Amino acid sequence: MKQVYAVPKALQPRATHYCPGCTHGIAHKLVAETIDELGVRDRTIGVAPVGCAVFAYDYFDCDFQQAAHGRAPAVATGIKRVVPDAVVFTYQGDGDLASIGAAEIVHAAMRGERITVIFINNAIYGMTGGQMAPTTLLGQKTTTSPAGREPGHAGSPIRIAEMLATIPGAAYVARVSLSSPANVARAKKAIRKAFDTQLSGAGFSLVECLSTCPTNWGMAPVEAMEWLESNMIPYYPLGEFRTPEGGVSNG
Amino acid sequence: MAERKLFKGNEAVAEAAVRAGCRFFFGYPITPQNEIPEYMSRRLPEVGGVFLQAESEVAAINMVYGAAGAGGRVMTSSSSPGISLKQEGISYIAGAELPCLIVNMVRGGPGLGGIQPAQSDYFQAVKGGGHGDYHCIVFAPASVQEMVDLTIQAFDVAERYRMPVMILGDGILGQMMEPVAFPDPVPVDAALADWATAGARDGRAPRLINSIYLRPDELFRHNLKLQARFDEAKIAEVRHEAINTDDADIVLVAYGTTSRVCRSAMDRARAAGIRVGLVRPITVSPFPYQAIADVARTARAFLTVEMSLGQMVEDVKLAVCGAAPVHFYGTTGGVVPTSSAIADEVRKIAMAEVGK
Repeated sequence: MKQVYAVPKALQPRATHYCPGCTHGIAHKLVAETIDELGVRDRTIGVAPVGCAVFAYDYFDCDFQQAAHGRAPAVATGIKRVVPDAVVFTYQGDGDLASIGAAEIVHAAMRGERITVIFINNAIYGMTGGQMAPTTLLGQKTTTSPAGREPGHAGSPIRIAEMLATIPGAAYVARVSLSSPANVARAKKAIRKAFDTQLSGAGFSLVECLSTCPTNWGMAPVEAMEWLESNMIPYYPLGEFRTPEGGVSNG
Repeated sequence: MAERKLFKGNEAVAEAAVRAGCRFFFGYPITPQNEIPEYMSRRLPEVGGVFLQAESEVAAINMVYGAAGAGGRVMTSSSSPGISLKQEGISYIAGAELPCLIVNMVRGGPGLGGIQPAQSDYFQAVKGGGHGDYHCIVFAPASVQEMVDLTIQAFDVAERYRMPVMILGDGILGQMMEPVAFPDPVPVDAALADWATAGARDGRAPRLINSIYLRPDELFRHNLKLQARFDEAKIAEVRHEAINTDDADIVLVAYGTTSRVCRSAMDRARAAGIRVGLVRPITVSPFPYQAIADVARTARAFLTVEMSLGQMVEDVKLAVCGAAPVHFYGTTGGVVPTSSAIADEVRKIAMAEVGK
């Protein structure tokens, strides 16, 4: 019999605590497949954030450190400087990375820290129950922007990938979407490229993954995927914003 | 004895750390401790180590967390406002049972305060400055040589108890120069701790550095484990110096820079016929409660002297436990007490409590 699918070795074969329809599971799988392909599971150290992915260490089958809210890039820096031959990645949500950890991510990129960052942008705080994130779209209703995000009061959503792409130390910066099979395939390629960038020593790498939060968006999973494609992608364009070769491809 | 060299306190701490096998330093500039990161930026690359200037104290202490979790011998240094920022990370380091050294060259506060020496960080150093149930082991050196000696021991102590160790200095100790002898460098132990996350190599099971325990019974057990380790330190690591306490009617209690002024005050008072002794805590956490309680059996009164408006005095009162009156004399804001002012306080207490 031909085997057409298997759980990646870098993932533990167990159910996750993520909500039905949440894209964290897809992102975990893509990262784990990449670790398998590169054959680096035994020298990979992951850094878990504060947020829905705080228990990521329960799902990946490699060494892990759990970091304080937003500090994962600093923790990853400490690890990488002690174990330079390790493959170090952080897995962070938008509250963690784009809000409280904004300084840490910018300076890890500035130093060209040889780490890979998987940035899950679902435009909301998930774990704490649906509050407004820096990435929440204008007009989007959350538990702390009940009338919809209003730019004069709460500012406009931050485009992390574009911002980090202006930093010389950032060798690979891409934005992908986990909303369709084709987009997931592109996401996989970007994640692989990010890890390759780390292994080649070229510098900092980050893949921003547009993701859904059906629970806090108040939508069914399919509806959430459609909302992502019709609302998030127009504001957060997909593509590579910086590559080690210097090429940039949007869209 | 090794050759003695004239060294500034801050640089002596840095050199001692290197000789103790520290190979990783993450810091952020703040007065009056800048000579430590500056020295490390020159010195660590010579021994194959890494110095990194972080974007903030918050980032620096979280780099320490990552490095310690990966098995590195690691330290950071700062001064009071910077230590406040580090408290988040120190709490996580304590919760995740990671060893490291944190040096605090204390300056006056609150807020931005000043840059002159103070001892007003006692509470945040010894009572657990961050959130949650934990303690650090805190050394309070009183000379440049003692800073060297305690820095060298600090890494072993941190690793033995898997908890953060702090050197609680002050702006004077950091800035003053004294002759010091350094021990020979210790060989860096290549064997990685059996909990370190440096990659699950050679087929071992993955490891986790973590401080989250969502189930109350789990967190209860975890905190009891941390507390049990601190209880071991209370037995094995408490250090103090007692001078002239056997016949003393009045016992001064002071640590660090203030203890040096108190020695002069003690000499002045003794010359005036007042029997004065001094207890100098060398560890302020765990605190030498028993040593002070023992002295309280014969002393008529205590005088705690601090460069604060009264922090350690609370622990002295706990130790004395009503056996004798505990008086307090303090200066704040970067003002150092004078030996004559302390001797005057001693005289007043002698008149009131001892009757002479």
